[in-house]
Amino acid sequence: MRIDQKILVVLAVLAAPLGAFAAEEGHFDKAMNDVGNRASLQRGARNFVNYCLGCHTAKYVRYNRVAADLGLTEVQLKDNLMFTADSPHETMKNGINPDDAKKWFGVVPPDLSLIARARTPDYLYTFLRSFYVDPAKANGTNNLALPGTAMPHVLWELQGLQEAVWEGEMDKAGNAQKHFKEFKLATPGKLKPEEYDAFVRDTVNFLDYIGEPVQLQRQSLGYKVIAFLAFFTLLAYALKKEYWKDVK
Amino acid sequence: MASSSQTPVSNVGGRLGAVQKWIDDRFPLTKLWQEQASQYYAPKSMNFWYYFGSLAMLVLVIQLLTGLFLTMSYKPSSAEAFSSVEYIMRDVDWGWLIRYMHSTGASAFFIVVYLHMFRALLYGSYQKPRELVWIFGMLLYLCLMGEAFFGYLLPWGNMSYWGAQVIVSLFGAIPVVGDSLTEWIRGDYYISDVTLNRFFALHVIALPLALVFLTIAHLMALHEVGSNNPDGVDIKKVKGPDGIPLDGITFHPYYTVKDMVGVGVFLILFSLVIFFAPTMGGYFLEHANFEPANALQTPPHIAPVWYFTPYYAILRSVPNKGLGAALMGVAVLLFVFLPWLDRGKVKSIRYRGPLFKFFLFSFAISFICLGYLGMQPPTPTYTMASRVFATVYFAFFLLMPWYTSIDKTKPVPTRVTYHAH
Repeated sequence: MRIDQKILVVLAVLAAPLGAFAAEEGHFDKAMNDVGNRASLQRGARNFVNYCLGCHTAKYVRYNRVAADLGLTEVQLKDNLMFTADSPHETMKNGINPDDAKKWFGVVPPDLSLIARARTPDYLYTFLRSFYVDPAKANGTNNLALPGTAMPHVLWELQGLQEAVWEGEMDKAGNAQKHFKEFKLATPGKLKPEEYDAFVRDTVNFLDYIGEPVQLQRQSLGYKVIAFLAFFTLLAYALKKEYWKDVK
Repeated sequence: MASSSQTPVSNVGGRLGAVQKWIDDRFPLTKLWQEQASQYYAPKSMNFWYYFGSLAMLVLVIQLLTGLFLTMSYKPSSAEAFSSVEYIMRDVDWGWLIRYMHSTGASAFFIVVYLHMFRALLYGSYQKPRELVWIFGMLLYLCLMGEAFFGYLLPWGNMSYWGAQVIVSLFGAIPVVGDSLTEWIRGDYYISDVTLNRFFALHVIALPLALVFLTIAHLMALHEVGSNNPDGVDIKKVKGPDGIPLDGITFHPYYTVKDMVGVGVFLILFSLVIFFAPTMGGYFLEHANFEPANALQTPPHIAPVWYFTPYYAILRSVPNKGLGAALMGVAVLLFVFLPWLDRGKVKSIRYRGPLFKFFLFSFAISFICLGYLGMQPPTPTYTMASRVFATVYFAFFLLMPWYTSIDKTKPVPTRVTYHAH
């Protein structure tokens, strides 16, 4: 090996551990959602307008874009998704006055257009499945993924109510050290646990999609661009070879 | 230079040749082309490490063009900036592609520039007579850092906001004038609409102009003294009867076609990021920046984008904020003095002794590790590690006069090493 190649190898080996370090972050359940699954996105859109849009907005997301990307006709769009808008050109807003929202919840429910990009789908999937009964809270539930959240368990009718089981002992200073062990379903909901997980997965899938609608087209364009560039590079390499034949 | 061997100015016949002559009588078009490309003799042995100069120029052009189109839809106001970026991402035709090219281009710029600088360290390209080439390059690097910093505020995400807050507040560490200085930079008591507007002006006019002019100066200085090579020998010392260096080949067409291959490979990697991982898992576009700027809520963990983190780690490794900021500034500026810190008699790593090799590779490792540590929360272990690597970083520069003067170098050949393929 020449020294320049050795340098490259050394640098590559040195940089390798960085990838391993990077994996250490967050302990969320894997959402395993697939934005390529159109049926899942359609179900997610239905869930979103029925359960989320009442309080939250998605103010950067246009209805007609959603319809086009999810393969819905204008009639299907109007009948199934457009409850708070008159024109398909509008974005997903709701009728709540932010001042009222602040009075009711303590905070204005955040806009969800980019929530999946800001917090990751895994976080959202975990969050929506981590509500538990907590009498200390005004709305009766707390959340393990976001302790003290102002959001009530909107989906309780579907999931039911679960209790958190803690394990723990007193530490040396006499303070109770609680560690979360597991959830126990106290009141069953309309959906079986697997059905509820699937419901959340679809909803998170839709949130993932609206975070970056173009992701549905981005990759397929990418393959074409790279195919062209590979061809270009081959040609450039052949040209280089031809010219450099003279260089002795 | 090449003007000594005056070939016929035009080999283009007919109308086109007449146009060329008309221009050449009034403007040195052909002369410039010959001096800078078709009769500029570069060493034939320039290797892999020599791709990154032309690639840096390519990325500069990508940034200027995509920036131009972004400016057409972006709104530099605190009320509209964040929304206008989302408007570009969703409603502007091809806006998402232009934005991703620009955001990926920022990181790509630093990757190619860091590799370009490392090449200079490997082969002693900063040594006499290329000191000014190096200094123009360092000014380019400083402008690039400024350009990246100002540009990072523009999306007005929460990390933009708090990143700017942290960096601007560093100037507050300067004794006496610190507080007035930070206020003067921000134009307000906190990062506000006024700050955003002036950062926008600096990002789209002032620094791009400086980058373009410095690039021209960098290239003119380089073409005046000639390109270095992996052996660090002066090809102008061995010339043929026609006055042309025996180891030299014209930049055009030899290196233009060769660089074309580099461009192709680079664009493939660039496209892989743009189309398949535009956020690079939060390293090129950070998660916290998808939430709008919020003066009341800090992101859980503030860290600059990866290309600043080596310096950020140095800053944090010092318990005293003022001293840390000063040390960070020194860490950047030390590069400028390399031509005078290096007392080595040879240029290239191929003929350097073991001491230089040891210090250079320790430095490279430290730079990468500091970059990693700068992204992590400052735990005691990490802070201690940062101190160790920062020491190695500074030792590379400050001990250089010593270890380069006593190092056991190998004899340098008179001609470049080249194997025809």
